[in-house]
Amino acid sequence: MFEIDPSRVDLAREFKARPYGEHSPDLQAVLNVMRRPSDNEFHVLVMTRPHEQWTLARMRPGAKAPPVLTNTVFASSAEAEWHVFRLRWKEITGRECPVE
Amino acid sequence: MTGILAYSDVNAVRPGETVGFMVSCTGAETYKAEIVRLINPEGGPAANPFRYDPVATPANRAYPARVQTIDIGSYGVVEAHPLIGGLAGQTLQAMVWPTTPGSGRQALLGAWSETEKRGFGLMLDETGALELRLGNGREVARFATGVKLAARRWYLVAASYDAATGQVVLYQEPLATKSFDAEAPVRIEAKSGVRPDAAGLPFLFAAWHCGSAGHPTAYGTLRVGGHFNGRIDRPRLARRALDRAGIADLAGGAIPTGLETAVVALWDFARDIGSETLRDVSANRLDGETVNLPARAVTGHNWTGAVMNWRDDPDQYGAVHFHDDDLYDAGWQVDFAFQVPADLRSGCYAARLTANEAVFFVPFFVRPPKGRTTSRVAYLASTATYTVYLNNRGRFGSLATELYHGRMLFMDAVDMLFLEHPELGLSTYDRHSDGSGVCYASRLRPANNLRPTGRLWNFGCDMFLIEWLEWAGLGFDVLTDEDLHEQGLDALRPYSVVVTGSHPEYDSIEMLDALDAYLRQGGRLMYMGGNGFYWRIAWHPTKPGVIEVRRAEGGVRAWGAEPGEYYHSFTGEYGGLWRRQGRAPNRLAGVGFISQGFDHCSYYRRLPASEDPRARFIFAGVGDEILGDFGALQGGAAGLEIDSADPAIGTPPHALIVARSENHSNTYELVPEEVCIPHGASNAVMNRQVHADMVFFETPNGGAVFSTGSIAYAGALGHRNFDNSIARLTTNVLRRFADPAPFPPPPKG
Repeated sequence: MFEIDPSRVDLAREFKARPYGEHSPDLQAVLNVMRRPSDNEFHVLVMTRPHEQWTLARMRPGAKAPPVLTNTVFASSAEAEWHVFRLRWKEITGRECPVE
Repeated sequence: MTGILAYSDVNAVRPGETVGFMVSCTGAETYKAEIVRLINPEGGPAANPFRYDPVATPANRAYPARVQTIDIGSYGVVEAHPLIGGLAGQTLQAMVWPTTPGSGRQALLGAWSETEKRGFGLMLDETGALELRLGNGREVARFATGVKLAARRWYLVAASYDAATGQVVLYQEPLATKSFDAEAPVRIEAKSGVRPDAAGLPFLFAAWHCGSAGHPTAYGTLRVGGHFNGRIDRPRLARRALDRAGIADLAGGAIPTGLETAVVALWDFARDIGSETLRDVSANRLDGETVNLPARAVTGHNWTGAVMNWRDDPDQYGAVHFHDDDLYDAGWQVDFAFQVPADLRSGCYAARLTANEAVFFVPFFVRPPKGRTTSRVAYLASTATYTVYLNNRGRFGSLATELYHGRMLFMDAVDMLFLEHPELGLSTYDRHSDGSGVCYASRLRPANNLRPTGRLWNFGCDMFLIEWLEWAGLGFDVLTDEDLHEQGLDALRPYSVVVTGSHPEYDSIEMLDALDAYLRQGGRLMYMGGNGFYWRIAWHPTKPGVIEVRRAEGGVRAWGAEPGEYYHSFTGEYGGLWRRQGRAPNRLAGVGFISQGFDHCSYYRRLPASEDPRARFIFAGVGDEILGDFGALQGGAAGLEIDSADPAIGTPPHALIVARSENHSNTYELVPEEVCIPHGASNAVMNRQVHADMVFFETPNGGAVFSTGSIAYAGALGHRNFDNSIARLTTNVLRRFADPAPFPPPPKG
């Protein structure tokens, strides 16, 4: 079973440079692991100002209630993607993402 | 927090007609309504500024806020009748297929009032075991089998009560199935000291009576509770306690000899499957009706697997599948109305409702005046697709959305409010609370995803097309999918060109036939999107605003129809992809659905066919080889859902593929109907099949088709205030297609 290799700094750099669009097969595998559905809470974005401000929020699976907003806000969805990528990297590998 | 939810009674009107708005508003004393003409969507920094123009009308004013509620959940009702209410003893029985036993008490059938604690009712108790309740208004006697029914297994359930002796017998018997799960029948005998009193109570299926609401509900003023998830087949009511043999006899398809006088009602749900009627075939004719559209044309306890079409043997489809989250009509009262002025242009409009920080749009379309056209251009609003997608809740459910979107799930304040209100119901992209697919969709309820704001999809994307049509200056009349379905070719005939929305995914046979006939008599079609003409739908024959979708066989889909349930209940027509029925979208539009992805959009590259003299008019003034490497929808004109040409499934041989997209991302996977054997090389990075084709071809008698094959195309039109190659070539097509001069027939060979 594929596991994320925390030494692959190149993949983190690749995602940071281009969160949307074509990814290398190795980065795509990392993203597939990070986006695997589970019974756990997951991060979503709430557009708190239309197309200008995105707020990080946590959602329970099942869509039975709105997500709970955090205090973390972003000026673009790409910024949010990078932030969540780093959170997931740490959560899954147990190590800080090596790219700031 | 202030919250506004609202909907309209109709989705399109003509000048002089009236549209009513139903509103529920919390957290404010009043809300303000303003009728506006929608020009474009709130599309973000890459789009033109959000614009809607006010319409002068007395309807524009403040209104008192009130809260309106929704009774969600389906059930069946037989009106109160002395033959039921006057029963002393009785036998209640049915075949049942529970789907969520143990998830709270659930009513099966009976004349039981939960609030008045009287009558008789067969139900599932908290543990999922069969229970009979007898009540006289003061005391309630309860008898349960104590054994939980298994989910998705058929049972004969029955309860008899002998009024003379007080004897109660319960039967809970699993039916023989092709299962190795051994389960013993259960029989319980007891005495009841309570004589039930059901006088004046309705007889209900899948719910129990909870008194009167004091205001209109889904059925009169009836308030119900205890919704059952699962199927009920062959329910019966007898006026005396039957023994086991009598119960078995009564469970047959007809009234057995010797039991004629014992039968109060013998409901046969295999009758009138396409309707809301629950037919009692006994002499008493205690017919009932369904409320909130439970699923019909579903397999019953005796389905053998040898019959796939319910019309071939309705008796094997004698079940109704009830859900606690079925909904047809929210049933709200009208709060205000807008009478369309005689001189109001055809177009896309909305009631814009505001209170404090809350904003809610209720869009509607204004058709041209009856019997008149105001332009040679018709815009065909994808109202069937809007209805089918209405309140798509599943996309919020898990990380699965992010997995196939290739980006994080996002929502806004309206979506957040929607998630607080499960009673707004589901879409046909969802599953019911018991896991079964939602096959009916209704527009008669507030929607979170029919608006010019929020996530740009369907209506929001289509607003880019409306913006372009407004800019192009040829005028346009709006038609809806309902117009196309009901009027056929007559709806299209007056127009030189019909322009579709960005995602006209759902069509009835009548709609496809009308478009086909229109093109054969010289009409022109601009198919301005992706994944169009994909699924077959059935409109309800009498109830407005309801569509059925059976997700049969294959296709990109949120759920799959159960075995034996591929035929629509409304019409008896086979459901699923048009491609599976010899009507692949490629036949009509030259292209058909090939892939989807939602992380990033790409561009088209012109192909040599764009230099063909037949296609030269399209590219007049367009020198670019790369087309649409810009746009408000993820940065490109090619993407989201894309279509390609394929002569093998119907693209006409003379079709010119004038441009083709490239450079799509990993999330763009081939549609499953293209992958018979999974091979792992099915995404755009690995597979050249994944691309959008821009296509032009002529049709008989001077007609023509132009197809973009991409949903994202719409978002590129307004780039640099329409000073771009996509807007130029598309407007070239529109102007030529609006010109009645016939297209010459294509060269032979």
